[in-house]
Amino acid sequence: MRNVLKHLSSKDRRGAWIAFVVLAIVLLALPFFTDALFGRGWVRIMDFALLYIMLALGLNIVVGYAGLLDLGYIAFFAVGAYCYALLGSPQLGLHLPFWVVLPLGALLACIFGVLLGAPTLRLRGDYLAIVTLGFGEIIRIFLNNLNAPINITNGPQGISMIDPIRFGEFSLGNTHELFGLTFPSVHLHYYLFLLFTLLVIFISLRLEDSRIGRAWMAIREDEVAAEAMGINTRNIKLLAFAMGATFGGLAGGLFAGFQGFVSPESFSLTESITVLCMVVLGGMGNINGVLLGGILLVVLPEALRHGSGPAQQLLFGKTLIDPESLRMLLFGLALITVMLWRPSGLWPSNQRRRELVAENDTAQL
Amino acid sequence: MTTPIEFDVNLLELSHVAKRFGGLSALSDISLHIRRGDIYGLIGPNGAGKTTLFNILTGLYQADSGRFTFNNTEYSGRCKPHVLAQAGIARTFQNIRLFANMTALENVMVGRHLRTSSGIWGALTRNATARAEEHAIVQHARALLSYVGINRPHQTLAKNLSYGEQRRLEIARALATDPKLLALDEPAAGMNATETESLKELLLSIRASGITVLLIEHDVKFILGLCDRVAVLDYGKKIAEDVPEKIRCNPAVITAYLGTEPIIPAQAGIQS
Repeated sequence: MRNVLKHLSSKDRRGAWIAFVVLAIVLLALPFFTDALFGRGWVRIMDFALLYIMLALGLNIVVGYAGLLDLGYIAFFAVGAYCYALLGSPQLGLHLPFWVVLPLGALLACIFGVLLGAPTLRLRGDYLAIVTLGFGEIIRIFLNNLNAPINITNGPQGISMIDPIRFGEFSLGNTHELFGLTFPSVHLHYYLFLLFTLLVIFISLRLEDSRIGRAWMAIREDEVAAEAMGINTRNIKLLAFAMGATFGGLAGGLFAGFQGFVSPESFSLTESITVLCMVVLGGMGNINGVLLGGILLVVLPEALRHGSGPAQQLLFGKTLIDPESLRMLLFGLALITVMLWRPSGLWPSNQRRRELVAENDTAQL
Repeated sequence: MTTPIEFDVNLLELSHVAKRFGGLSALSDISLHIRRGDIYGLIGPNGAGKTTLFNILTGLYQADSGRFTFNNTEYSGRCKPHVLAQAGIARTFQNIRLFANMTALENVMVGRHLRTSSGIWGALTRNATARAEEHAIVQHARALLSYVGINRPHQTLAKNLSYGEQRRLEIARALATDPKLLALDEPAAGMNATETESLKELLLSIRASGITVLLIEHDVKFILGLCDRVAVLDYGKKIAEDVPEKIRCNPAVITAYLGTEPIIPAQAGIQS
């Protein structure tokens, strides 16, 4: 940020600050506006959008930066979620506090990231994708079957009555009155998730523009050349898996605390694909693109679900096609269209680079 | 694996190195000595094993047998490319292998990876050490880009550079690793006469800065005019190693390059 501001004139700098303040106010006021205009259900959708964005940003490190195609990414989300669920629910009778369970879940996911990464280091492209896909399924099936002989995960029924996220006596599960405003549970979760999303964005941005980030991109561009230039590809790839998995585990813990219920069903292959779609659709390796992809892929299906029924009423006077099936149809169509017209994503990372080129060249002259 | 031996003038020594790919003997019984500060040429017809030898030197392949000593340290066992890069062998590739979607500057900055150390913590906090290191990396990379003669904006993507510039960028990236031995795989391939001439000057200046250069080339004139010593490979065997003047009139080399005299020249003449 400081570097960016340095290049701007004082007038532009003021503009940047104004934009920043406006953006902050919009983000803070967003749940209230959404609640008033569209109803509380949409605030909940926004919460999920933030969780998905965290996931997509985590996957972006593995796929976008290091170029390692990971089709089992949702497994780390599951590890984080189940870690939170097991340590903070009546299932095992443990009720550890949020600030212990969440980092623990992220750490556990990180360890799983390394465990998955280690055997796949020699694999590339399609082969890597198949192995990671298998890993994702293994975790899900394990969670599904770990109810016998000793009941750990409660099998397909999942774990319910998970403790809400709680800071001391302040529980995010209840409605609170603060500063004369009423904050329902979904609003409070929105702010917490926003905070974590900003943290993940910050970490991603810092990593992208660093020695480690460059090493990841070098591996993505040409692994053989990267190795010949002295990059220890084993360690750097493991680091990418570990970082990506950590973000996944973090999002998983937050998900479990928010939802109050986890079951293996939430961690199917489709979820992995959805997160991957966000990264690819938005633009691999570009944080803005990933944010855009995440928002679009959560909001678009919901909007189609809620909007296609009334729209048909308006056009034809009756509902011809079930909104639920039309939703997936239009969603698929939208994806195909985007991939045809913008194969490198809606907001590819090269575009950002070219903008940088223009900026720096004029600065040098 | 790394047994230090007494210092000598040879930077790199290969003795009886062999490499087989299944039934094909790509290299057999190769022994070479590269002296510090030389420009050493490696020539030979297509398929003679030049690139295989290069890949062994840079850790992409492992030799089946033989000893490989670099800078008084033995690397005969299984050595990863990054270990050899750390030891001071940097290379370029026959088919240019740049990081195409990274800028010219970033390509060279990646070359500094191995001589720098900031990790995750440095990247996240951007503390004084990390910032100073990053600044030094950028300065070093910019200096190298102008050294090899890339005068375009340094933010140009590598894939948008001209062919000659891409070749030079590969050299800059290799130089960024602070090598003791710079190994170039056909650096003059596809270059025109002017580009070749300026490449020659660049290589001489690299040598003058104290870096030993190992060169694979097809262009015999180029290599004989530049190198201090030349080795000739043919069918995976070293057929000659000498100063260029003697290589030029070595009968084995002439045979390898031009073939033996046709037995019935008269018939060939009639057919054409």
